[in-house]
Amino acid sequence: MTTLTPVLSATWDVKDSWTLSTYTKHGGYRGLKKALKKQPGELVQAIKDSGLRGRGGAGFPTGMKWGFLPPDDGKPRYLVINADESEPGTCKDIPTMLSAPHTLIEGVIITSYAIGCNHAFIYLRGEVVHVYRRLINAVREAYEAGHLGKNIHGSGFDLDVTIHSGAGAYICGEETALLDSLEGRRGQPRLKPPFPAVAGLYARPTVVNNVESIASVPAIIDRGVAWFTGMGTERSRGMGFFSLSGHVERPGQYEAPLGITLRELLEFAGGMRGGRPLKFWTPGGSSTPIFTDAHLDTPLDYESVGAAGSMLGTRALQIFDDTTCVVRAVMRWTEFYKHESCGKCTPCREGTFWLTQVLKRIEKGHGTPADIQQLLDTCDSIAGRSFCALGDGATSSVISSVKLFRDEFEQHVSTGECPFDHAASALFTYSDSLEGAHA
Amino acid sequence: MTATADKAAAVDTVTLTIDGTEVTVPKGTLIIRAAEQAGIEIPRFCDHPALKPAGACRQCLVDVASPGPDGNLRAFPKPQASCTMTVTQGMVVNTQDTSPEADRAQKGVLELLLINHPLDCPVCDKGGECPLQNQAMSHGRSESRFVDVKRVFEKPLPLSSEILLDRERCILCQRCTRFSKEIAGDAFIDLQNRGAMQQIGTFSEDVLGFEGYGPVGVAAEDEAGAAFSSYYSGNTVQICPVGALTSASYRFRSRPFDLVSSPGISEHDSSGSAIRTDHRRGAILRRLADYDPVVNEDWITDKDRFAFAWQNLDDRVTRPLVRIEGELVETSWPQALAAAAEGLRTAMELKRKKGIAVLPGGRVTLEDAYAYGKFARAVLGTNDVDARTRIASDEEQAFLGATVAGTGLGVTFGDLEKAPAVLFVAFEPEDEGGVVFLRLKKSEGRQRVATVAPWLSRGNEKLGATLVPAVPGTEGAVLKKLPADVEKSLSQPGAVIVVGERAAGAAGALSQALALSKRTGARIAWIPRRAGERGALEAGALPGLLPGGRDAASAKARSEIAGAWGVPGLPLAPGRASAEIISSAAARGLDALVIGGVTVSDLTGDVVKALKKTGFVVSLEVRRSEVTDYADVVLPVAPPSEKSGTFVNWEGRLRSFATAIHTDALSDHRVLDALARELGFALGTATVAAVNAEIAGLAAVASSDRPAAPKVSPPAKPAGPIVLSSWHQLVDESALQDGEPYLAGTGRVAVVRMSAATAKKVGVESGSISLSGATRASVDLPVVVTDMVDGVVWAPAKSPGSWVARDLGVEPGDPISVKGGFA
Amino acid sequence: MTYDETTLAQLRDDAADIVSRYPVKRSALLPMLHLVQSVDGFVSPDGIRFCAERLDLSAAEVSAVATFYTQYKRRPNGEYQVGVCVNTLCAVMGGDRIWDELSEHVGVGNDETTADGKVTLERLECNAACDYAPVMMVNWEFFDNQTPDSAKQVVDDLRAGKDVAPTRGPAKVCTFKEVSRVLAGFDDGRANEDQGVGAPTLAGVKAAKAQGWKEGKK
Repeated sequence: MTTLTPVLSATWDVKDSWTLSTYTKHGGYRGLKKALKKQPGELVQAIKDSGLRGRGGAGFPTGMKWGFLPPDDGKPRYLVINADESEPGTCKDIPTMLSAPHTLIEGVIITSYAIGCNHAFIYLRGEVVHVYRRLINAVREAYEAGHLGKNIHGSGFDLDVTIHSGAGAYICGEETALLDSLEGRRGQPRLKPPFPAVAGLYARPTVVNNVESIASVPAIIDRGVAWFTGMGTERSRGMGFFSLSGHVERPGQYEAPLGITLRELLEFAGGMRGGRPLKFWTPGGSSTPIFTDAHLDTPLDYESVGAAGSMLGTRALQIFDDTTCVVRAVMRWTEFYKHESCGKCTPCREGTFWLTQVLKRIEKGHGTPADIQQLLDTCDSIAGRSFCALGDGATSSVISSVKLFRDEFEQHVSTGECPFDHAASALFTYSDSLEGAHA
Repeated sequence: MTATADKAAAVDTVTLTIDGTEVTVPKGTLIIRAAEQAGIEIPRFCDHPALKPAGACRQCLVDVASPGPDGNLRAFPKPQASCTMTVTQGMVVNTQDTSPEADRAQKGVLELLLINHPLDCPVCDKGGECPLQNQAMSHGRSESRFVDVKRVFEKPLPLSSEILLDRERCILCQRCTRFSKEIAGDAFIDLQNRGAMQQIGTFSEDVLGFEGYGPVGVAAEDEAGAAFSSYYSGNTVQICPVGALTSASYRFRSRPFDLVSSPGISEHDSSGSAIRTDHRRGAILRRLADYDPVVNEDWITDKDRFAFAWQNLDDRVTRPLVRIEGELVETSWPQALAAAAEGLRTAMELKRKKGIAVLPGGRVTLEDAYAYGKFARAVLGTNDVDARTRIASDEEQAFLGATVAGTGLGVTFGDLEKAPAVLFVAFEPEDEGGVVFLRLKKSEGRQRVATVAPWLSRGNEKLGATLVPAVPGTEGAVLKKLPADVEKSLSQPGAVIVVGERAAGAAGALSQALALSKRTGARIAWIPRRAGERGALEAGALPGLLPGGRDAASAKARSEIAGAWGVPGLPLAPGRASAEIISSAAARGLDALVIGGVTVSDLTGDVVKALKKTGFVVSLEVRRSEVTDYADVVLPVAPPSEKSGTFVNWEGRLRSFATAIHTDALSDHRVLDALARELGFALGTATVAAVNAEIAGLAAVASSDRPAAPKVSPPAKPAGPIVLSSWHQLVDESALQDGEPYLAGTGRVAVVRMSAATAKKVGVESGSISLSGATRASVDLPVVVTDMVDGVVWAPAKSPGSWVARDLGVEPGDPISVKGGFA
Repeated sequence: MTYDETTLAQLRDDAADIVSRYPVKRSALLPMLHLVQSVDGFVSPDGIRFCAERLDLSAAEVSAVATFYTQYKRRPNGEYQVGVCVNTLCAVMGGDRIWDELSEHVGVGNDETTADGKVTLERLECNAACDYAPVMMVNWEFFDNQTPDSAKQVVDDLRAGKDVAPTRGPAKVCTFKEVSRVLAGFDDGRANEDQGVGAPTLAGVKAAKAQGWKEGKK
């Protein structure tokens, strides 16, 4: 039995967990003190050695990303934290910043020191105002404690941190769109190359990292690389959040070593709601192909999930039982991608527009047999053709669901109606009298 | 030295294979460009060679494999956009022609592009020349699989009075917005909304569903971009790969396959931009930019594009007119020529002479100007010939004769682009330069730009120019003591000083520009506004200058030209400039005047009075005008589209053009040749070829035969406590923009500008003010307090409500009085 | 622009404060649009011109940004923005039903505002609280594990002018304008207010403790 490993979440149940004093009392900013005694290069090496991989979804090795920065030319370079958590199912960074913002701030300071950055930015999605308050507060506390500002703890290292609020755009989670948004533009992805490491924010070398990645840095520096590599699997080191949501008894944030399985996680979470059977789930958010109960024992690490045909993504496990209509689920996700498509490239803009209409028709029972193939054909014109990964993500649930549940799509078409009682999926009970009232 | 120099000079090349063909191209070339060089066309919509890559439409996807570190080819897992990826050594590219995967990807993208397209080709202006239509016909499905609800928009949406947007047809390639931002610097249109509802647009409360209207300040409409008031907006119509952007003037007028296209040169400014005139049954339907890599590249101004209606308005003079009993009566060519000759002969034979003069105007071709000059000197026996019907001076004439005329190709567009530093003197790059501005904009950030001017105009702001403040009239003094950093920047090799035609209005400015050039080594470019200015200078249509810049006061030059012309000698009496001719005519009259395309309202002198007092007036005109109203004989001449000839652009480049529309209208040079024959003189200017042969036969000009460079001391102080600053905005009410209301609607709002201190001094800080000059009426305009030098009031030269020359009778640098406050 | 002088002076000061946070001033645009909403209750045309003028942009460039992000509203917004998440997970867990009942109860649809100007309803996309599904957001504060009745009660209380506390967050939900000012980067001093941590946030820590894990143990 894998054991849970609360590290970032260790103090979340402590009173006033978000304050500097609580954080410090529980060992906070020890990592920073250790870091400032080291050379920046040693820190970069330590993170490389730790095997920490980006926790924002793509899983790119964090230390390697830092190592891509060109040599210091005396001009600014930036650290930008991607706190635009918006991938459906993903809900780990928000509680981290709400309950323990200093883990992130400390990580920002250590990382900035390691990469030679004197001005870091935290790009927070705009729709979580209390998180914004907590970050602003944490930054102020850090300045007051001398963790930020000029000559931090006599090290000669200066750092300012700006908390920047987004304004509602999923695409800003894409790192180059995020940079454009941070520069006061429409959040549309940039051409790569140049990559942010070469020309990022204000066309200067920039590291963009996810909240959880950077919040993991203080612990790695404080407790050592060996401690971190002692967790997880050969190529997926360390711990991470597994966010369980949906039809489980105790949804929530489970911090565990990478490689844990859903079966194990479900045990911690009290099993499926009411003991009903698991029907399908996303291993890493709505952009990852769905799994079924056949994947209960797939180790949740980058390699194993990939080998099983999906992606570890953000470890956002949205879990649906047998009351759930897969067509309805996929239709909603697709509507989301249509809503969030930035509009820059043809395949994503027009393709999600088309998919949505076809899925809506099928879900309502107005589909035709040709529609199911049309869905796959349209996905074929989006996946691998779009400018950024949003387009690919939009097709994941469509393609995987047609593959796994084709009969359910066909049933909608042949019977002319959705065979599911939506009320049965809800957390509360209701009768169907209002059904169809919404647009 | 040689080793490194050679290395730098050699272009690094890359060899790759496209569809089995080996291609070698410079390093950094995009795949799509490399394919073009191999003769392989990859379909594209967002890609445009003059714009930065976007990768937005995804139509140009191709299969790519490139060698890995081990040298083995590795295929990219998915098709790549060939418009954004640069070539690498050993790369293997397979386009739609050789890769089923690339073909499938392209077909998929095309299908998606068409699901929301209205497919209204039969009623679309672009039909027949539409890349999307072509691609759909050649590679699309015969029937759409899309059976759901299309996106619909209200159509069309006016972005300005001239540019209309049909959002349903738009494929969001962003060529228009990229052009506007990257090339013109006018980000007045941008992407609006998001995703499937994304669209191109201005900030329009209505269209975007914003509630609430705030009154907009008078100048804000331009400066905040409420309208698409860019001087270059028409280029977006031309580069739009679908029928989304159309022009009000061409909309629904024609089908491209019914048009005849003729290449030409724009008559609107001294750049000599290449244009294409599309016409049908003798009527011009539209004009487009023709690609000319050394001059205008891909672009022209909106004036070049849209202002052609003036050539065929109802007031066109189609037949010769002779005044009989006070009325102009249509007559035959022989009768009109006889009447004109008779009148001129009578004037020439008068005993007590008040003089005969020739004013060709600044818009004629080199050949026309040559004929006017020769006609004046050889036939009429006068040096009173001047094509400069604008602000001018003797100093300017000496400057032009000494340093510009006959010097051939001088500073070029390419030189301007490459110049490390550029200084403008009495020159507005956008208003007075047109495509000159676009060239300079290309170098933004790589070029130090400074301007000697009273304030930093929008065009200069867009170039990031430094203002070297100068009250009009004192530019010479300012040039004498430039800020050290500006002067230093001009010492870099390749630096250029651009002087505009208004420099002639500031005594000593041109002399000081020459001195500055000598001190720093910077080259000088003289960029006048009108298309005929440089040609007239070369042709010798200035009072003191014979062809090629020869000094009319030089006996050797005179005899050389007299020899070439087969006349015993040229007139000795010094010629008078146009302003002098007009003022003396207004005071005492002239015996006769031969006058070409001169717009009376552009001149401060009392031209009407001069015409009234002149004994005999022969007018060569395209249209009825205030001049023809007072002429005794009107000889109709051809507008540019109906003639051939040569404009010499400001670079000194010969820009020859052929007749676009063949009519029986005659060029000025041919009419003058006929008139001379009537007077018993063989002018030899009947054809363009004859004139050019004669010009070519003239020997090179010795520097001793040119006038000496001017050495005029500049005044230290302005001419009055408040002086006028003024120039022509590119889109305004000048005569060649008549008949084009859609273009006029894109002009900038006319305002008067002054500094806060000046406004305070004259007691007008807001509202409208009234300017009055030396004479006549006043100009009443809203005032905009501007960051500018004190003691100066700026007004546009010929914008709605602001006809400065006609209404104020003053020129830039002249004192002016201001009365204010009708708020 | 139609701002009175006091408002304009305050806006200019605040804009200068925002600009000072960034090395390049254009970065101030998103927070400045939040600032405009804090004054006008939406992104007004005046606000667009204000931002354009302060940042040397064209109005089209500002509206290009303002119309890209969903938090910027083009019409005067209700005092409370009430969003019901209807993304897949929340919808399935009951979000659809909450939306239907709430919309019928309030009598307005998506992006519509009640006649009293109190409430604007919005069909929300995922707000990163999936472990609390179904979720509702009021002025971007969390209302977790909602039912149709709890949602209607919240809206009724808001319309009745009562103070309403979110399930996680500050002591009460602030107004749309107040919250917009916070998002523009102006602290309202409520960071230390707390409604407690929800069970899902602590689910892992609790389960770990049940396993015998102790905080601080390596």
